[in-house]
Amino acid sequence: MSQSKTLFDKVWDAHLVRPETADTPAVLYIDLHLIHEVTSPQAFTELRQRGLRVRRPDRTLATMDHSTPTTPRNALGVIPVIDPQAIAQLDRLRANCAEFGIPLYELGSANQGIVHVIGPEQGLTQPGMTIVCGDSHTSTHGAFGALAFGIGTSEVGHVLATQCLLQYRPKTCAVRVEGRLQPGVTAKDIILAIIAKYGVGGGAGHVFEYMGEAIRALSMEERMTICNMSIEGGARAGMVAPDDTTFEYVAGRPYAPKGADFEAAVAHWRQLPSDPEARFDKEMFLDASTLAPMITYGTNPGMGMPIDAAIPAPEHMPDASSRQALDKALSYMGLEPGKLLLGHRVDVVFIGSCTNSRISDLRQVAALWKGRKVAEGVRVMVVPGSQQVKRQAEAEGLHEIFRAAGAEWREAGCSACLGMNDDKVPPGKYAISTSNRNFEGRQGPGARTLLASPLTAAATALTGVVTDPRTMLEGALAGA
Amino acid sequence: MEPVTTFTGKVVALVADDIDTDQIIPAAYLKVTDKSGLAEGLFQAWRYLPDGTPNPDFPLNRPEAAGATVLVTGRNFGCGSSREHAPWALQGYGFKAVIALSFADIFRNNSLKIGLLPIVVDEESHRELLSHIEEDPETTVRVDLPNQQVVLPGGRAVSFPIDGFAKHCLIHGVDQLGFIQQHEEAIAAYEAATPARVNTLHPDGGA
Ligand code: SF4
Repeated sequence: MSQSKTLFDKVWDAHLVRPETADTPAVLYIDLHLIHEVTSPQAFTELRQRGLRVRRPDRTLATMDHSTPTTPRNALGVIPVIDPQAIAQLDRLRANCAEFGIPLYELGSANQGIVHVIGPEQGLTQPGMTIVCGDSHTSTHGAFGALAFGIGTSEVGHVLATQCLLQYRPKTCAVRVEGRLQPGVTAKDIILAIIAKYGVGGGAGHVFEYMGEAIRALSMEERMTICNMSIEGGARAGMVAPDDTTFEYVAGRPYAPKGADFEAAVAHWRQLPSDPEARFDKEMFLDASTLAPMITYGTNPGMGMPIDAAIPAPEHMPDASSRQALDKALSYMGLEPGKLLLGHRVDVVFIGSCTNSRISDLRQVAALWKGRKVAEGVRVMVVPGSQQVKRQAEAEGLHEIFRAAGAEWREAGCSACLGMNDDKVPPGKYAISTSNRNFEGRQGPGARTLLASPLTAAATALTGVVTDPRTMLEGALAGA
Repeated sequence: MEPVTTFTGKVVALVADDIDTDQIIPAAYLKVTDKSGLAEGLFQAWRYLPDGTPNPDFPLNRPEAAGATVLVTGRNFGCGSSREHAPWALQGYGFKAVIALSFADIFRNNSLKIGLLPIVVDEESHRELLSHIEEDPETTVRVDLPNQQVVLPGGRAVSFPIDGFAKHCLIHGVDQLGFIQQHEEAIAAYEAATPARVNTLHPDGGA
């Protein structure tokens, strides 16, 4: 029997407290548990009712991101929360963290931000770890070669109480992305293309491992963008084998090992990549070299196409259910089959979310906007993923470019990605968004979302209509 | 958790693929710190008209659907956000089971944890069930968890898969957290043998 293991196998096997049996799932140890205000309160209630403590507060970190406002600070430097329900939810998280001894990044504090931005930023996300959060985009952390996935609130309670989860071993799927990206085409386009090709359920039951020339060439932030949307492809987790790019990114961050410990960690991390003979249960493939910038036209992330393509027609769909789904989606979106999206009016531009709100995303946008103005009548929001990203952007003067262009520069958080605060897209209006979900009503009741890369969203902001960023490239490339 | 075994329930069909958890329960309802108000928010954008009155065309609002306890839907039900509020809302509304062609992974896990039964059937049985509902909007099915069967109105029993552990827990009302706690010794041994990878209380090498 072959001893060859995949990256996933190695991480999984190293975390088995008790292996799977014929009658019971495995007991899997969790290295890092991230929590936020929305999916944790009921789990703490459960703990309290059972008289349990949090087993490992030192493996747990809380932040405030989902229901928090992103409005500018007041004269006292405080981000004012007005919504009474949000206040209650944030108060509850504060009280829970205090009672159970869990470190919390308070709203507006130096390290606060979207949960999937701050883990990597702080060096908490490291290769070979198991990481969970009551949030489906926990898959983001897989970019480091960690096994990271979203869980429900019942499971949040399990991890709080025991630092373990009951899990059946998922299947593995190799996602090969070969070739090199053309200018103006980004990591976001790779993942949108994979989801368009294999569907929103294509990865169900599987853990993706992204590999190939195109993936190796990506920065950590780009790899995070790809792993982030694994869940949109139906996979609970997506991983990238750690390499020098990974180690360089982790080195020197607050929670990263230091000195000789770091050297020892790297030596261990180098053992993690899948063995050459390792077998996967499934394979997917994408040629990055022929890819165009991608955009979605429908109401799930699989309804995507090259930006210069025509909106597909329901009658060309292979079966009745996809015909019906497309019909319904286009009627919600107010779009006509056979037409181009290029040149279509947009009302809102949202640059943000755990998919694309890191410093490299903001730099790309700023490079394109420098010395230019966003189109009249378009609301443009730039929402950094964390306070640290915000500080970095301001140190580089990016915020001045955003403001001079006529965009809003806001505080860190999830914002219009899910519209739990006031950052919403009005009913019937079109938003081009760098986030990850174009579901009906996701960005506000009746909102119509077009998902795209930061570059495409930035180009569109300048013209007010869906624009191929490749037509504006010189500016972007010069500054990126 | 209430044990789940065998019951007969009225079915209502919501036939679409890829129904995401944002549709099942929109973000506006996620600001609670308990489970209150979730049933009212179930399928909110589809269930109500813009003026807040019930949408008469939405299947759950039809008079014949009153009291339905089994939801029939398409492929990849519950995709998207991991919010357990989605199965909470379905359960709060009165559903005991969802019959689908497939489920998204996190939704299925969350449902099994709270005793909302996710039942996957083959396409032929799915079609048969839908045509029964079309003929008789008050159609009922019998769900038999111990035998892993749904009995369709014509009397045909359709088997469905469920992992043995989840089935055991549902039937006997076994608490999964309690089950993990039984392994305390193994957890402590694992921790003793495995150096901590991070320590969130101590940056800079406190791990
Ligand atoms: S930015 Fe959006 S997708 Fe990411 S964690 Fe926040 S709400 Fe979820």
